[in-house]
Amino acid sequence: MAKKRNLILTVILLAGLFGLAWYINFETDSYLRRIVNLCMVYAIIGLSMNLTNGFTGQFSLGQAGFMAIGAYAVGIFTVPVSLRPSVFYAAPMHPAIADIHMPLWLALIVGGLCAALVAFLIGAPVLRLRGDYLAVATLGFSEIIRIVITNAQTITNGALGIKDIPPLNDVRYIFAFTAAVFIFITALINTSYGRAFKAIREDEIAAEAMGIDLFKHKSLAFMLSAFFAGIGGGLYAALLGTVDPKNFLFTLTYNFLLIIVLGGMGSITGSMIGSILVTAGLEFLRIFDEPLELFGVAIPLFRPGFRMVIFSVLLMALVLFWRRGIMGTREFTWDKTIAFCKNPFGIFGRKGVDKA
Amino acid sequence: MEFFEAFVNMSGGSFAQHMVNGISLGSLYAMIAIGYTMVYGILLMINFAHGDIVMMACYFTFFGISVFHIPWYLTFILVIITTALLGVVIERAAYRPLRDAPKNSVLISAIGASFLLENLANYLFSGRPLRFPNIEVLSQNLSLGSVQIQAISLFIPVVTIVCLMILLHIVNNTKIGMSMRAVSKDYEIARVMGINIDNVISITFAIGSALAAIGAIMWGIRYPGITPMLGVMPGLKCFIAAVIGGVGNIKGAVLGGFILGLGEIIIVAFFPQLSGYRDAFAFIVLIVILFYKPTGLLGEKTTEKV
Repeated sequence: MAKKRNLILTVILLAGLFGLAWYINFETDSYLRRIVNLCMVYAIIGLSMNLTNGFTGQFSLGQAGFMAIGAYAVGIFTVPVSLRPSVFYAAPMHPAIADIHMPLWLALIVGGLCAALVAFLIGAPVLRLRGDYLAVATLGFSEIIRIVITNAQTITNGALGIKDIPPLNDVRYIFAFTAAVFIFITALINTSYGRAFKAIREDEIAAEAMGIDLFKHKSLAFMLSAFFAGIGGGLYAALLGTVDPKNFLFTLTYNFLLIIVLGGMGSITGSMIGSILVTAGLEFLRIFDEPLELFGVAIPLFRPGFRMVIFSVLLMALVLFWRRGIMGTREFTWDKTIAFCKNPFGIFGRKGVDKA
Repeated sequence: MEFFEAFVNMSGGSFAQHMVNGISLGSLYAMIAIGYTMVYGILLMINFAHGDIVMMACYFTFFGISVFHIPWYLTFILVIITTALLGVVIERAAYRPLRDAPKNSVLISAIGASFLLENLANYLFSGRPLRFPNIEVLSQNLSLGSVQIQAISLFIPVVTIVCLMILLHIVNNTKIGMSMRAVSKDYEIARVMGINIDNVISITFAIGSALAAIGAIMWGIRYPGITPMLGVMPGLKCFIAAVIGGVGNIKGAVLGGFILGLGEIIIVAFFPQLSGYRDAFAFIVLIVILFYKPTGLLGEKTTEKV
């Protein structure tokens, strides 16, 4: 009964959000559309990162590399064949791929699959490592991916990047992908695989003793994470209209780290909230980059670069003072929301119970 | 077979030149890697900000010599002191509050500290590359026979060896060194034995950062462009050097530094077509070593307790 009600509520919410996406797509200015699109793309990548870092407890910092693979798949396959000679003016494209043209959705899936394949290959040596070593090794691989892309001139146009990607500015299109990723990951977390991921996060040795194949599950989480990061990276490229190896420096990964730390490591709805707050927040912080005059006096602090200082201070403050983030490992559920609506003040009474 | 062709075609002089370059780059890596390995040995965490401490030390030197016109030898001393203080402050602000927190939180805090230093440098000193002050005595070219060598390239290995000797003496023969070893062996027991953990950790950060400052000064003379992102790649590579040698082991860090430095120069010198992959070399070595010897070349074997 309650299950059916929750399902109906979820469907209504998704339909409502889709309606909102429709409205934003046609009725608002391009600036707002761009921010909403970026929020959703960041949500996809944040979710993908949460799958390894939050749910499986494997601290991976390779997201920028997997994004780069997806982004380049979109860049290589969706640029119209007629425009390619002018894009690849320094060195012509490799003949094997020069005539392949794909629609965006296919290029996204190809990019995701390529990223998953790379994750499978590097997972074998890397996932044996733990903690800090894993972080450095994945970070290293994301840099290696970028270095390979920079050097593969005839495939990726090297350091020049690929321009003239048909721009994507349809909010509904990105919304459909975000919703699909959200539903898939929510469903995955509630299967036996999801429970195995969480068991590995809590205690690897105990999980192994319970008969969970550590490597298989870690590798699966890593590949799925790479797949979604690849799709997110592809959408990111389509959104920007160009790709360039410099877009995928490993500092890009820090954005998603902030998203999942703010939202709560191991919370899907937390990642969604985190991505909205971080993306919108980064836009809002732009005012700090512009000179500000207050009562006719120019405040000297406000100049380009201040935004990122504040951003990094926020990241540090978050982890120092509010380690669990907004949601912790909890999730938004209809049952709790309805209970809250029935008795808005009850939340103060059962705070201690909630923490468990 | 191109390797052998390049090798045969190379005159003795240019071979010697490459070796000197490799050894001086290796010494620089070793110098910075020691800071990583000492912190890891005691706190079991990567001090992600260490590379950015190197970057800050470069900026300090720039300001000392080019802006405030302090004589270079005095500047060097001031920079070493300021950088050591910076290391201690970072530890106090970013790591000490998380002493009992899960490891991932400490890692994120370290990443945050590194990101903050980079953005702060970008904000304060602008992203435009600055030129490291030219110190005539150290950057002049010496010619030994047919080999042209910057004086600093000869100077770097000597400084590294001297610093290593002093450091090993401190760690092995003094009281503070003994407490460092105790803390890295067992944190809890060391506390029970009456060692002031916080002091030991602060001193470790101070020593590591002072070495980073010395490394940074030599780095700046050797590669004179200073940017806010200067410390990132050396930082990662030096951490890798520390891991290759066996993290927590000072001699291991030096060994790892030399392996990476020589390896990189050999790639650039003998396989010029691969020089674009120069930065990937360190990561590949890391994966290979960790795969076959997870504790590093000189690391002690540890067993995991449940």
